[in-house]
Amino acid sequence: MTFEGGIHPADSGKVLTDNRPTLTPPVLERYQVLLCENVGKPPKPVVNVGDQVGKYQLIAAADGFVSANLHSPTSGKVVKIGDVPGPMGIPAPAIEIEADGEDASAETFPGLAGWRDADPKELVKRLADCGLVGMGGASFPTHVKLSPPPDKKVDTLILNGAECEPFLTADHRLMLERPRDVITGAEIMARILGVDDVNIGIEINKRDAIESLETLAEGTKVKIIPLMVRYPQGSEKHLIQAIAGREVPSGGLPADAGCVVQNVATAAACTDAVLRGLPLVERIVTVTGEIVCRPGNWKLKIGTPLLEALRLAGGVTEEPGKIIFGGPMMGFAQRSLEVPISKNTSGILLLTREEALRHRSTSCIRCGRCVQGCPMHLASCLLATAIENGRWDLALQNHVMDCIECGSCAYVCPAHRPLVQLMRSAKMELRKKR
Amino acid sequence: MMLGAIETGRILMAAALMAGAGVVLGAVIGAIARIFRVEGDSRVDLVTELLPGANCGGCGKAGCRDFAKSVVSGENPPGKCPVSTREQVGAIALALGVEVGEVAHKKAVVRCSGTLFTSDRVAYYNGIHKCSSAMLVGGGPKVCRYGCLGMGDCARKCPFGAIEIINNLAVVHEELCVGCGSCAAVCPRGVIAIVPAAAHVHVFCNSPEKGAQKRKVCRSACLGCGKCVRKDPEKFELEAGLARVKYSAPELPTAETVEAVGCPTGALAMTERHRQKASEETNAK
Repeated sequence: MTFEGGIHPADSGKVLTDNRPTLTPPVLERYQVLLCENVGKPPKPVVNVGDQVGKYQLIAAADGFVSANLHSPTSGKVVKIGDVPGPMGIPAPAIEIEADGEDASAETFPGLAGWRDADPKELVKRLADCGLVGMGGASFPTHVKLSPPPDKKVDTLILNGAECEPFLTADHRLMLERPRDVITGAEIMARILGVDDVNIGIEINKRDAIESLETLAEGTKVKIIPLMVRYPQGSEKHLIQAIAGREVPSGGLPADAGCVVQNVATAAACTDAVLRGLPLVERIVTVTGEIVCRPGNWKLKIGTPLLEALRLAGGVTEEPGKIIFGGPMMGFAQRSLEVPISKNTSGILLLTREEALRHRSTSCIRCGRCVQGCPMHLASCLLATAIENGRWDLALQNHVMDCIECGSCAYVCPAHRPLVQLMRSAKMELRKKR
Repeated sequence: MMLGAIETGRILMAAALMAGAGVVLGAVIGAIARIFRVEGDSRVDLVTELLPGANCGGCGKAGCRDFAKSVVSGENPPGKCPVSTREQVGAIALALGVEVGEVAHKKAVVRCSGTLFTSDRVAYYNGIHKCSSAMLVGGGPKVCRYGCLGMGDCARKCPFGAIEIINNLAVVHEELCVGCGSCAAVCPRGVIAIVPAAAHVHVFCNSPEKGAQKRKVCRSACLGCGKCVRKDPEKFELEAGLARVKYSAPELPTAETVEAVGCPTGALAMTERHRQKASEETNAK
């Protein structure tokens, strides 16, 4: 099963890490936990400088509905509340914790062993208490996503195990190592939404994960759906198209197509929160790249600086040309080694100078490969010309706002045109005008 | 042979018909145009003719013709055109028999002197060569988040070609600038200020950060030391680590003031000096 359009990026990167079991590193001296890691309002700090905190203790409380709680990744002392280099290149507020090395847990929530009979509202509240956010990349608060507006009828839950970005294997390892938690998480979310159609979509290049999940899913309402290997299969809209056969309307949300899509890592965190009462303070991060000495997967606490993660991977063999948070297609290049990991950092990718090289872009040769590759069926080449000439009206007419910035067009463009950047600048400009 | 003659006749017939139709329809259109003619104000045409025709928008109107309309209707005095010289404005006022009005000439100043050589960059940016696009990639390659990115959005926008990019820094050519403000409107960092044209001394820095922090990343930043303010509190003011020229003060600083102050980083300078410094390819202050 799959969708129309899309591309096949070179998939050699996954073999670097897909057979490396997740390792848990020792506690570091210092963690800088970013406040504004979730979409929506950043949470408000509830601790002061000098306070002693335990692992899992609440350090910043959600400010409003679309906002998520933040918990301490380890035990220690709050030493600073202030700006640190953020993942978007601009300073971002963070709470800095000096670890005492004990990693002693504060009081956590009681486990809800009887969740199958629990009130869905209670379960949603637990997820909100534990600060769950979408771990696929957008970090949208999970409790908001699981509370669709009453006028939208949701009948399908889809878990995203596609992991279509080259190089990343964090979700793959998670599905191999914690398959039972993924299935349970899916069931908990299904209980909250009150749906019976529960699917986990996995690309068929993760055969072992499909098999292990299929065995465990027997006897439950969870279905494992093998998907064709194609980028961007892990995009919300394209998963819905591939699995439910529905299309999300232009400008709409998955709920408009009766679906809710969650990442498999979020599902596992959901199980942690409900069954064990543990807030979300760590995640699996793939540290990879041809020039990384020991590429692999690590269970990192949020707030771990980029440099420390690179140390775990044994450093690099040559000076990297680019360091990216996320995958090579949609990740963000970093400008500081002090940027901390947050709940949505699925990978750290190091590219060599040659890989990071950008070819000189030339004029559009009208080959139409971008149009073929666009999973949203946009005419990228025409849009790009309109944007270059400042014709925002034409760009809007041709649905530039539907662009998901997946980078398929720029990847296939033989003229090396910076198509995604053009789309992004148009979207920014149009949002400003609105 | 016979067939050929008939064909020729038909072709001629068609041509004659088309020509006839053209003449008749042309006459009809001409007649209609005369009957329904809209009487335009000839004074608007006259004023448009006398205006520079750059359509820069510096007067606040959509273009020169729009401004001409507002002048004729008395909404704006002719002197509001920032581009026209005193004589040109005088000619318009004379033609319409109105007052010249306030002629407050302005000009643009780029409040940054961090070139490729004097300020640090944190990353190598190889995307679209536009300031607005560079801003989307982690706020641009410059360490200083307030300075000029030097990719020329303003230079491309300027209708008078008054902005030049020298070593990744926008530099205003005073003699060409009319102060229309179209550059300030496109600058994504708001580095460009519109100031009175009579001012020739400015503080070429826009960063409100602490002096020590600025010093680390830029050799030509204003350190906020307050030397200028102490020397001449009438002409300068200090706000959040950044000195500013008081443009509304009765007396503006001159070359002598700059010399007397002796700014340690050279952020306080004459416009001339700013341009010179931009082309100096050394790492020194």
